[in-house]
Amino acid sequence: MISESDLTALLVTLKLALLTTLILLVLGTPLAWWMARTRWRFKFLLEAVVALPLVLPPTVLGFYLLLALGPNGPLGGLMESLGGRPLAFTFTGLVIGSVFYSMPFVIQPLQDAFAGIGRRPLEVAATLRASPLDRFFTVVLPMARPGFITAAVLGFAHTLGEFGVVLMIGGNIPGETQVMSIAIYDHVEGMDYANAHILSVGLLLLSFLMLIAVYALNRRFRVVRP
Amino acid sequence: MTIEARFRIDRGSFTLDVSLSIPARGVTSLLGPSGCGKTTLLRAIAGLERCHDGLLKVGGVIWQDGRRFLAPHQRPLGYVFQEVSLFDHLTVVRNLEYGIKRVPKSEHRVSLNRAIELLGIGHLLERAPGTLSGGERQRVAIARAVAVSPRLLLMDEPLAALDPSRKQEILPYIRSLHQELEIPVIFVSHAPDEVARLANHLVLLEAGRVVATGDIQTMLTRLDMPLAHDSDAAAIIEAVVTGHDENYHLTHLDFSGGRMTVTGNAMRTGDRVRLQIAARDVSLTLERQSDTSILNIFPATVDAIIDEGSAQVTVRLLAGDVPLLSRITKKSAAELGLEPGKPVYAQAKSVALLT
Repeated sequence: MISESDLTALLVTLKLALLTTLILLVLGTPLAWWMARTRWRFKFLLEAVVALPLVLPPTVLGFYLLLALGPNGPLGGLMESLGGRPLAFTFTGLVIGSVFYSMPFVIQPLQDAFAGIGRRPLEVAATLRASPLDRFFTVVLPMARPGFITAAVLGFAHTLGEFGVVLMIGGNIPGETQVMSIAIYDHVEGMDYANAHILSVGLLLLSFLMLIAVYALNRRFRVVRP
Repeated sequence: MTIEARFRIDRGSFTLDVSLSIPARGVTSLLGPSGCGKTTLLRAIAGLERCHDGLLKVGGVIWQDGRRFLAPHQRPLGYVFQEVSLFDHLTVVRNLEYGIKRVPKSEHRVSLNRAIELLGIGHLLERAPGTLSGGERQRVAIARAVAVSPRLLLMDEPLAALDPSRKQEILPYIRSLHQELEIPVIFVSHAPDEVARLANHLVLLEAGRVVATGDIQTMLTRLDMPLAHDSDAAAIIEAVVTGHDENYHLTHLDFSGGRMTVTGNAMRTGDRVRLQIAARDVSLTLERQSDTSILNIFPATVDAIIDEGSAQVTVRLLAGDVPLLSRITKKSAAELGLEPGKPVYAQAKSVALLT
């Protein structure tokens, strides 16, 4: 039913979304924590930068990433001088692009969750002998669990649907940078509506199921925390 | 053993500038109007407010000075916050264990079971904090703070968020803490009735400064202090139960100034109790009255007299070495010829047993 090339595109997409989400969670957690706690007066500038991919056309983001990752760009040039390939039109380049593209969907829920905890539970933990790192793992992480679920699922789902950025910096290399949204586009271009349908329905269901999971999990969690 | 503290914290519109020395035993109350810096001082003692040139010595151990600063989690203290502060993601028993797990075994002096028993929360252990009443939550929070075997227990108006009947439910538990566990307690309050029940020592704060400190009996009766001028001004007497009058359901108590009789016979002989006598319930005579319904009459000496508005005076008395207050009219004081040193008889119309 599903062709081998479409299956490859599906696997590339899932791998991309998974890697992007993991990277964003690892890098985004400290950043979101810092943004939720700092009293730095220019924090709003950083917040605006983080939110930029929400409003920017993906082609604009993709265009500048293409310049940066290409052989003449700073990142691509660096890779070439180190004996590697430029990052444009590679899976690695795609991951970098996706991290920027999905950044607000991970950072913002985390920042909100951290800010919602407030200082008090941390002070309580401190008076109960918990060191700062201990407090982070035993108080902040469990209390921010709904934020992490939201961040992970939104980051993952948003990366699944990525199109414009991929088009600009990924190209359409099967097995490396051809993702589902591009495959669907190809099918439609080739008037192959049947296969376009299969992939589209798959993507639609997957996204819908994940969002159902987020809201169901977070609702269950809220019952415990009135 | 004392606690020595010196802090200066500048918050723009508000400055806390205190230097005080209080005993490292019993209950010390920080009393003062809202915004006087009580909570800030307590937080500074806990290390939650950073004050780098502050000094804090607890029983000879330096917690902070100009060079060192122990972070809150390195200070052997317990802290009970004003509002509910249980971890909602943990059950009651996990909340209780949170602190105890982080204290080295060699420092355990209060067992978890002892804390649970003292606060009467054995039946709540598996519950989620969200399902508890306000009073139950605060008891769990107190047990959690006590279970870390603190060298010093800090309490920030732990009763403020509770209605009066819940307060009555918790007060005895707090009283038993320092009696049973011998943990010194510093207790923030703006309610003189809580202070009268709990405190042995009092620190009066106003606008970020210490007005005076001293033992509770002295502080409540110092005529140069605001407490003695309150309309509810009252003295506190520590007394020992010495016997009962079974026929009339009365209890006799001895204090250094004489004998008191109160109604009821629930207390055992030898119990130490705290009595409160309001200034407006104490009248004075020059001779011992015999034809009177008043049971509590004892000799005293006038220590000082101060005007209270245009018609009244407050008289400070000494019965033995125990200070008492009497609020009478200026006219009566003049007719009795009251002056410092004059012997009188104090008649207490009502004596409240503080439990």
